[in-house]
Amino acid sequence: MSAISVRDVWQVYDGRVVLERISLEIKSGSFVAIVGPSGCGKTTFLRMLMSEERPSRGTILLDGRPLPDEPTADRGVVFQRYSVLPHLTVLGNIMLPLEFLGSRLLGRLFGAARRDAEAEARAMLAHVGLDGAEHLYPAQLSGGMQQRLALAQALMGKPRVLLLDEPFSALDPGTRAEIHGLTKRLWEETGMTVVMVTHDLSEAFRLGTRIVVFERLEPERGTRITFDIPVEGRKKPQEHRTPREMHIVTQEKSPCDRIAVGRRPSAWSAATTTPISTPAKAAAGRP
Amino acid sequence: MRVINRHPGRQARQILTALPFLAAVIAYFTASAIRLAANPEDRLLPSLGQMAAAVRRMAFSQDIASGQYLLLSDTAMSLQRLLLGLAIAVGISFAVGIAVGMVPYLRRTFVAFIAAFSMVPPLAVLPILFIAVGIGETAKVTLIVIGTAPFMIRDLIMRVEELPRPQLIKVQTLGATSWQIALRVVVPQMLPRLIDALRLSLGPAWLYLISAEAIAAESGLGYRIFLVRRYFAMDVILPYVAWITLLAFLFDALLRVFQRRAFPWFALEYMR
Repeated sequence: MSAISVRDVWQVYDGRVVLERISLEIKSGSFVAIVGPSGCGKTTFLRMLMSEERPSRGTILLDGRPLPDEPTADRGVVFQRYSVLPHLTVLGNIMLPLEFLGSRLLGRLFGAARRDAEAEARAMLAHVGLDGAEHLYPAQLSGGMQQRLALAQALMGKPRVLLLDEPFSALDPGTRAEIHGLTKRLWEETGMTVVMVTHDLSEAFRLGTRIVVFERLEPERGTRITFDIPVEGRKKPQEHRTPREMHIVTQEKSPCDRIAVGRRPSAWSAATTTPISTPAKAAAGRP
Repeated sequence: MRVINRHPGRQARQILTALPFLAAVIAYFTASAIRLAANPEDRLLPSLGQMAAAVRRMAFSQDIASGQYLLLSDTAMSLQRLLLGLAIAVGISFAVGIAVGMVPYLRRTFVAFIAAFSMVPPLAVLPILFIAVGIGETAKVTLIVIGTAPFMIRDLIMRVEELPRPQLIKVQTLGATSWQIALRVVVPQMLPRLIDALRLSLGPAWLYLISAEAIAAESGLGYRIFLVRRYFAMDVILPYVAWITLLAFLFDALLRVFQRRAFPWFALEYMR
């Protein structure tokens, strides 16, 4: 339904190779977590998926067709910051996609159409746990609530693919665990294809059905995919979970920890988990 | 404690704020008293009584020739020119600033031109205006527009360009057209910033107004000041200057209050 096909993509800035030979087949409905050290080009890759940048070489197909030349409604995004509009209230932010869709000329709904949109927006707010915050401005929300809002707003546009650019990196661990639960639940409900960029390996294993590792092996060459790990035993659960239960689940020692122990790519873990690597730590990172 | 860490208390704050005002007033009246003691006919630094008499004459009694209260009619004329000029400047700046700030083709076409145009000294253009449109109201209003619009346009272009790129990408992924982005994303976020630009333009706007009135006019605050200058009427000039300053200060304060009331999110976001 919404598969992404990345074929031999290169990105070169002023003769400096950032990405090289990136090929990736992303199945519809999968949750792909892209991990790698800072500055390795994983955000560049995501920017290409949202048509904010074009690859120097290679093609990216969405459901067999080349990506459009500009961002479109079929690919929703959530960034680490600036994902919601500061001048609109929570409700205004959530209603915005409906208003864009319903009123081409003014981008603003009135009367019955407005009431319908508002009802739909309020249902979404309740769904993501933002009920009661309708009339607050984003600046009045905590970081976690802002990202909930950003997720909900992106989903109101009914995208087929959701692109997440380090969306939870600025949050504290407790808030992050909660919003992981929410993200997983929303992904299960919508069946969207999700591509998430993160530098947090445990986050990647907790959420992803597949982990793709971006890594620059030689300084003068571009970043390539060095590991591509399907996360087994993490099939979509059929039963519906409430946020509270989800929360408990994420607090448990999750199966991804077992996987991580066995499969963590050693070279990359040395490079990233100890960015300022003292000799002792770097040695300890290698099995 | 270091001087950068010392803060005045509540009462001290009020006293400190009032201090320079008081000092200026005291310095003036001391100098005035000394000069008047030496020469009661001195016109340079009139006493409070002399200025009060002038204000009574200008503001609270009818002019014999025209039958008008001169301060009132001067103020009405000047404000009409000032507000008309600023309204036109704001309208042009808002439309041009947002369009040029948003559309790369327009940016490429106009940014350098606007930058060059804004360097033309407006007062040097005044003779051209007098020749082109005569010495009537149009010339004065046009001077205010030429004097303030380029700054506001450039300011708005920069403010539009400052909008976070992720924000614009996000709304595109919500299905917005360029026009919808202008209406729902850029315009509402630029309105409070336009008020900032307008506040900064009030000073120049008064400057060009007074200049235009001084050179060619038959009424207005600037006209009056330059008219009575011929008679060394400092007792009129000083209250007029104080009045103009007060008007400008009130406009600024009103705009500030309006910005806070009308755009609560702006204060939340940027003034913490």
